Amino acid sequence: MNFDYNEEQQLLADSVRRYFAKDYDFEARQRIVASREGWSEAVWRQLAEMGLTGLPIPAEYGGFGGGAVDMMGVLEAAGEALLVEPYVPTMVAARLVERAGSDAQRKAILAPVAEGKLRLAFAHAERGARYNLSRIEARARKSGEGWLVAGEKVGVLGAPAAQKLVVAARTDRGPSLFLVETAAAKLRPHVTLDEMRAADVVIEDARAELLGAEGGAMPAIEEAADFGTALVCAEAVGAMKFACETTLEYLKTRKQFGVPIGTFQALQHRMVDMFISYEQARSMACLAASKVDGAKDARERARAVSAAKVKISDAARHISQESVQLHGGMGMTEELKVSHTFRRLTVIAQQWGDAEHHLARFAALG
Amino acid sequence: MDLNYSQEELAFRDEVRGWLAANLPQDLRDKVAHYEELSKDDLLRWHRILAKKGWVAPSWPVEWGGTGWNVVQRYIFEEECGYAGTPPLVPFGLMMCGPVLLRFGTEAQKKRFLPRIYHGDDFWCQGYSEPGSGSDLASLKTRAERRGDHYVVNGQKIWTTLAHYADWIFCLVRTDSNIAKKQEGISFLLIDMKSPGITVRPLMLMDGGHEVNEVFFDDVKVPVENLVYEEGKGWTVAKYLLGYERMNTGRIGASKRELARLKEFAARQSGDDGRPLIEDPRFRDKLTRVEVELMALEITNLRFLDRMRRTGQPPGADVSMLKIKGTEIQQAITELFMQAAGPLAVPVRPANGAEGFDRFMAGLAPRYCNYRKTTIYAGSNEIQRNIIAKMTLGL
Repeated sequence: MNFDYNEEQQLLADSVRRYFAKDYDFEARQRIVASREGWSEAVWRQLAEMGLTGLPIPAEYGGFGGGAVDMMGVLEAAGEALLVEPYVPTMVAARLVERAGSDAQRKAILAPVAEGKLRLAFAHAERGARYNLSRIEARARKSGEGWLVAGEKVGVLGAPAAQKLVVAARTDRGPSLFLVETAAAKLRPHVTLDEMRAADVVIEDARAELLGAEGGAMPAIEEAADFGTALVCAEAVGAMKFACETTLEYLKTRKQFGVPIGTFQALQHRMVDMFISYEQARSMACLAASKVDGAKDARERARAVSAAKVKISDAARHISQESVQLHGGMGMTEELKVSHTFRRLTVIAQQWGDAEHHLARFAALG
Repeated sequence: MDLNYSQEELAFRDEVRGWLAANLPQDLRDKVAHYEELSKDDLLRWHRILAKKGWVAPSWPVEWGGTGWNVVQRYIFEEECGYAGTPPLVPFGLMMCGPVLLRFGTEAQKKRFLPRIYHGDDFWCQGYSEPGSGSDLASLKTRAERRGDHYVVNGQKIWTTLAHYADWIFCLVRTDSNIAKKQEGISFLLIDMKSPGITVRPLMLMDGGHEVNEVFFDDVKVPVENLVYEEGKGWTVAKYLLGYERMNTGRIGASKRELARLKEFAARQSGDDGRPLIEDPRFRDKLTRVEVELMALEITNLRFLDRMRRTGQPPGADVSMLKIKGTEIQQAITELFMQAAGPLAVPVRPANGAEGFDRFMAGLAPRYCNYRKTTIYAGSNEIQRNIIAKMTLGL
């Protein structure tokens, strides 16, 4: 039993944190958010240089072969910094290529991803599907040697920055995965509540390459979703850490009635409850990442990830709401990072399924 | 990062689990399972079984009977006891008076009391709270006046758990009232419950159980050799005890067991639609949330243990978090049990000798009532939040 990062993991997390402190402070981040693209190619290159884009990619494709636990410290730092670059979307889509793709596909996709030259997005969710991963209406049919995909995907995170999409579509044999050039689809880009870029994606008979076995995509989709969930859990822990620390600092410095407001017991106890939520969330993020890497089967993995997401979603709401409340009116403003952290945590609470979705999934797994 | 127990720890857990399965007497197992009141004899029987095995005081130094286990092994042992549903080990001697004597007692005091605590020869209780001193413990008023070779004690203690079973009581008493700071002038005294002038009066709780008492001291003579540490330094002793490492603050093993029983129970009860209650999404979601909370608490507890093991630092304010979450979970489970029983939870005891009464069902509502105590005792959860605010957050 050991809850620490190993030396390598710690060194990487520290260097990422140093980079964010130097080049990705709140002002820098807000400039990127306000830019036309809403993300920064220069930052992406830096992430690649630090080895982050290759972190979970197997060594034979130019990566470091890391697992979710290896990524935790990086994601925590990203969560603290409110990173808007499409790192998690690219890593999740790469996971699908790694797990489902042929060796030729892995070579063609994963190597450039690791180098930082290729960004991906996972076009999966559809209107009305809510959080049900298997409700896929998009269709794919054979055309000569290849495939044609048609359908509409909603809220595809990172799609505007991605050159290729991994698309979930149904054939007569069931849910399948396809590679589609982003340029072959119509994008309706939008800014998300947490200031990231996503798009609704309309695909009208776009040429596509089958990824993995036709009709057999669900296990890979479930696994990638659990992987993605574990990553946002770690990101949430970083965001919560910031929210707790900045709120605590505010309680110690903000004076009313001639004393710091942190001397009031009503506020102290609320701060303590935030801190407890954060510690519990951290424990569950460790559990999720560990089981994504080392569960003995899909059930054990799914159970741990869902339990973690219940706790993370609840804690994200609790901590984000309290951090704004304890900051008073200032917590409502654009000026303070805490309101942006609030938005990020609000989105994370629903990303990859909200607490209720994961409660039901956890309970169904017995 | 590796969240799993090592092979050695798993082997240790299996050894403990196997031994408990073979050595916990069936009648005690049943009493605990039915939430029945345990007699002094029940408690001591289990104490002595563990003493004979050498496992009754794991945290004590080996020369006094400790096991030499590390913090993780101690945690595993305590949680396995909870999971198996053993009677509790009464903490007042083993976990409180014993450690105090080991740290502050004279050789004579250690030799006189520790073996008797270990073997269950003396049953101890704790005299801290007073009618006017609950969370503000240092405001206590029970006086001890020095007269020659003894003290004369006058005053009253309250909430004294199992005083009606006790042979001895350790007390915080005021030996000097002309002191500016109320924490000073307090002393730690060991008092024989058979001393003339002691009266124990039961305080019956709303669940009908007799656990706690008022203890009155009327000119009780206590030999000076029963003073622990220096006169006026009792607060130092009390503070040491508050920080004393206890592995089972979160009561995770016991809650796991209760949660598993709750699931079985809710599967046997029907919901309004005649289907098993556990399939009712509203009930199931509540239960599942508690299960998730318990998982989070367990991992948090293991994280703290891992840190303690590596740094050698005492747990500090972390324990407060475990107390808060652990007691909230315990209460939630008793509440869900009662909810699962529905209208059948209301009858609590037969009247006029009627027969055919469901003992288990009848225990659920009283247990719900009884468990309200958990967020009040041992430093209320509000006091625990004060501790975290001060010690961890620096507020």
